[in-house]
Amino acid sequence: MTSRTVAAGRSPASAALRRFRSHPAAVVSVVFIVLVVLAAIFARPLSGHDPNAIDLLQARTGPSGDHLLGTDSTGRDVLSRLLFAGRISLGVGLASAAIAVVLGTLLGSVAGLLGGWVDGLVMRLADVFMSFPSLVVIVVVSGILGPSVLTMVIAIGLFQWPVCGRIVRGVTLSLREQEFVLASRATGAGPLWLMRKHIIPAALPPVSVVATLAVAQAIALEATLSFLGLGVQPPAASWGNMLTDAQSLTVIRSEPWLWLSPGIAVALTVLAVNFIGDGLRDAVDPRSAS
Amino acid sequence: MAAFLVRRLAINVLVFFLITIAIFALVHKTPGDPIAMQIPADQLNSGSAEFIAQKRHELGLDQSLLMQYWHWLTNALHGDLGYSLLNGRPVTEVLGERIGPTVELMGVGLLISLLVAFPLGILAARRRNSLVDYGATVVSLGSVSIPVFFVALIAIYVFTLKFQWFPSSGISDPTNPGLLDSLHHLVLPAVILGFGNSGPFMRYVRSSMITELGADYVRTANAKGASPRRVVLRHAFRNSLIPVLTVIATNLPQLLAGAVVIEQVFAWPGMGQLAVSSVNQHDYSVIVGFALLIAILVLLSNLLADVLYTVVDPRVRLR
Repeated sequence: MTSRTVAAGRSPASAALRRFRSHPAAVVSVVFIVLVVLAAIFARPLSGHDPNAIDLLQARTGPSGDHLLGTDSTGRDVLSRLLFAGRISLGVGLASAAIAVVLGTLLGSVAGLLGGWVDGLVMRLADVFMSFPSLVVIVVVSGILGPSVLTMVIAIGLFQWPVCGRIVRGVTLSLREQEFVLASRATGAGPLWLMRKHIIPAALPPVSVVATLAVAQAIALEATLSFLGLGVQPPAASWGNMLTDAQSLTVIRSEPWLWLSPGIAVALTVLAVNFIGDGLRDAVDPRSAS
Repeated sequence: MAAFLVRRLAINVLVFFLITIAIFALVHKTPGDPIAMQIPADQLNSGSAEFIAQKRHELGLDQSLLMQYWHWLTNALHGDLGYSLLNGRPVTEVLGERIGPTVELMGVGLLISLLVAFPLGILAARRRNSLVDYGATVVSLGSVSIPVFFVALIAIYVFTLKFQWFPSSGISDPTNPGLLDSLHHLVLPAVILGFGNSGPFMRYVRSSMITELGADYVRTANAKGASPRRVVLRHAFRNSLIPVLTVIATNLPQLLAGAVVIEQVFAWPGMGQLAVSSVNQHDYSVIVGFALLIAILVLLSNLLADVLYTVVDPRVRLR
């Protein structure tokens, strides 16, 4: 993209940006996510407390001037745990989505370029991965291998690649018939060149949509797994494992600050990322928008 | 049609065997002596060294990995999944008594999600870009975005603690059993499970209806003077069901994922709760049995989707 076409305001990217900006929920969501990311990055100066500092004399106190969101069962500051947990939740979301996108792009373009039995095999593999509920599989795998963040990130990414793989394969198949790709092949371009110069740029808009949705899904999955005690292990804080405490009626009733704040954090973050994905979809594919 | 189904069946059987290999590899990864998973704990503790060695031989544990896999698979297919490491009961029995409650929860949850998804999806498709359509989109995004465990905690806070309308744990009250009591316990878990799954279903109903409402035969039906209600319900809706039904079938395993979480929060004595507690208590033989059961469920729902596809869409039958 040259700067001249951007200045003219008619390039696909600027048109997409204009369409994205006309999607109010998506724009608000971008602002919200930027704030969440900043809060996670500047967790230490913002919180004013050590997220792991135990203070049994201050256990289970409600929101106050010193502890804005109260303290948990061992007197740790909920706000600072919430901010530090944001790092883990966002990190897990981004890392697993990255695995899914890289794997999907590789397998999808290989399937599209080679065709034949390779294509059949990759697509059947995609079907199998898509038909299994990732949460249940990760419960089983972490049950046997023991829970760890790395296992979780790899497993989430492994179960999310098919969506991206199918899209990249579709783009590759339609590109393969184009004359400029034929010309590029005739002048000696190899598969890696085709991927870098033609497939990836063409697949980028739809892949950016599924990547965004994958981040949202991964954040929700991480929270659920950690809530079940199979994801991020204490004392490290994650939005999911902060809610594990809240499985007793007394906590739900009398200490709502313990479970409301991490629950709201994960719900709003996932919702915002999904809205951004929705806005991106309308922006890069005007046909899907009304 | 037969050729299509036979090919799909063959693929599913092949996939099943690949998955059993993956599960066996996991079994091999479990800490401890594999023989502990295959004979009851009391025999293991009281048995002499010779007895254990003989059992080891009978179970094929002294043979090659390939033979071990074969023994394990044939036993599993005969319903012998070994014994729980926790209480020595046969895994098939432990799993078996948990299937009923989970099926009950999933069935009612599915029903509720469809009762939400169909009317909302059809309405949103008929009035595209209206307030209804926008509201339906927000509801569906909310249902996929808000984690089910958080919805469950809020529901317990509001409906159990504040209003005391519904119980928050268990499947029935032992002091006062009966149909009404069971339904009373089912309401919160099933509604929450249904809500969590209604979003994706609604989106499929909506997009499928939009496709059908734009088709030529709908224009014909309108032109010949059929009432709008008849056009939507008798013409477009029936055709829009084709993709939606297969989506519902392939989504059954996702429903189970929701049930795993909900059973945990509501102490619902189903498979999901069993799986999570087995994981926490390192009861590997039960975890492996659960994994096998999930693989069967996933492949059965894939097959169901294929069969539904051929039954409701005559075009597939002709292929």
